[in-house]
Amino acid sequence: MNTAVYIQSYSEIRNGAVWLNGEKIFSAEEEHFPDFAKKAYQHFGLAYPKFFKMDKLSKLAFLASGPLLTEESNTALVFANRSSSLDTDLIYQRSIEDKEAYYPSPAVFVYTLPNICLGEISIKYKLYSENSFFVFENFPAAFFPVYADALMKTGKADNVLCGWVEMLEEDYRAFVYRIGNEGLMEHTEQNLNKLI
Amino acid sequence: MSFIVDYNCFTPLGADLPTTLDRLEKGVSGIQLYENSGLLSVPYYAARLPEPVITCSGFTRLENMLIRALEPLVERHPVERHPAGGRSLLLVSTTKGNIREIAGGKSASDASLSLMAGRVARYFGFRETPWVLSNACVSGILAVAVAKRMIDAGAFDAVYVVAGDEVTEFVLSGFAGFQALSSAPCRPYDKSRNGVTLGEAAAAVLVSGAPGRFRIAGDGAVNDANHISGPSRTGEGLYRSILLALKEAKLEGGQLDFISAHGTATEYNDEMEAIALDRLGLNKVPVNSLKGYFGHTLGASGLLEAVISFESARKGILYPSLGFETPGVSKEISVIRQAEVKPVKYFMKTASGFGGCNTAVIFENLN
Repeated sequence: MNTAVYIQSYSEIRNGAVWLNGEKIFSAEEEHFPDFAKKAYQHFGLAYPKFFKMDKLSKLAFLASGPLLTEESNTALVFANRSSSLDTDLIYQRSIEDKEAYYPSPAVFVYTLPNICLGEISIKYKLYSENSFFVFENFPAAFFPVYADALMKTGKADNVLCGWVEMLEEDYRAFVYRIGNEGLMEHTEQNLNKLI
Repeated sequence: MSFIVDYNCFTPLGADLPTTLDRLEKGVSGIQLYENSGLLSVPYYAARLPEPVITCSGFTRLENMLIRALEPLVERHPVERHPAGGRSLLLVSTTKGNIREIAGGKSASDASLSLMAGRVARYFGFRETPWVLSNACVSGILAVAVAKRMIDAGAFDAVYVVAGDEVTEFVLSGFAGFQALSSAPCRPYDKSRNGVTLGEAAAAVLVSGAPGRFRIAGDGAVNDANHISGPSRTGEGLYRSILLALKEAKLEGGQLDFISAHGTATEYNDEMEAIALDRLGLNKVPVNSLKGYFGHTLGASGLLEAVISFESARKGILYPSLGFETPGVSKEISVIRQAEVKPVKYFMKTASGFGGCNTAVIFENLN
């Protein structure tokens, strides 16, 4: 087994812009994330109407992952954030709180699980691979190398897409990267702290 | 290699594993009819914990559940001594955590999963930052696979896995909105099944590199890549998950002595599982779903059902799939109708969930 694991490419979404490997590839003036996400979708010519049914967390994860993925690869998805699915949980809670306007929508409820964004990515890129979603208070620079490298070294995956996708009301940030047997820099806690 | 050293549960059938098992073996179900509970405008069946659940003030109801499931393990295997000088991790598995805390306009941070795990970790004196896994209904059993990998990679010497979820207005209304709640106690794999019965419970398992009662022989977790709220028609992800687990365990399917499957009692889930098991030629391997006793306890279910399966294997008794009478899936599978005495060497726990996730873990009985 190859011992070293490398970061191959990385993307970021923050402050109304998308970055790939440190270079800004798209920005928009839209203040709110859903408007920004729509502009990004159009800019990248995604042609995937299911995008518009997704919640904000799924849109964020989807947009950040797209530039890093190839279809039907054995790429595992290991994602994490601070607020789980709370952005959509709050929307759903409001729909059942008002007994006059009580409407527990299945289309909203299904997104009250953080791993749904990984399901969306798996469907689009036909990834029959492992998905796992973790929750940490802060970006877990020590966690990703320990857990994702183990998936590669045990042969569970050829590549792993690691992601921090935080979404809560007006706050959003995505930092997603792919690891493999060769690449830009070693997959270490120190290198992740430099990139983030 | 990684091993199951100890385990416990806190369920509607009992406040610990021995009482839970005693009542389960008598065929008792924790499912009851609830009317005017204030959680749903219509009557519903659920397996809820008898109150009071909160015995430890300063912690939420769910945190009390997690603490009560884990406490006996920590008493028997203190965090600082298992092993001496070793690194111990707390891994918390849940789907909705303290979701009841966001009701009434409270702030989102009251339902933070990482803060919840931090409180439980401090209660028991864990030094490492706890990990939280929230991966829909496979969370509980996927957490065992995660623990195994971390032990095998040498990252930790012991992983205390604890899983829990509650029956809340949030979850009840969501499943009701999907028209997925059963109109009677759930009946997995039965012809008359008509949906999920929700439940609440907590379970805990200590996974260690030090030899224990069971070896974690193999695991697989593969997404369906098909649909976010419905299982694959071909059982693709579950099929592939089981294949990977068998391959790692170096076993043929026929060597499994029983399977503790997911069996939510929805039309599509149970049918999907039957198709996956049929594709793998596992038609003759005894299979049960424990949802008839505990309901569907979401992020706790995979771990709780593994805990019950450990006792099943240790005692050499296969537990019946409560509620099953008439086969109601299109492929032949061997659903256990009556308790059966059978020596168990290898057994498998499977689960599937929203987002298209699936997990299979195979255990070897070393008792």
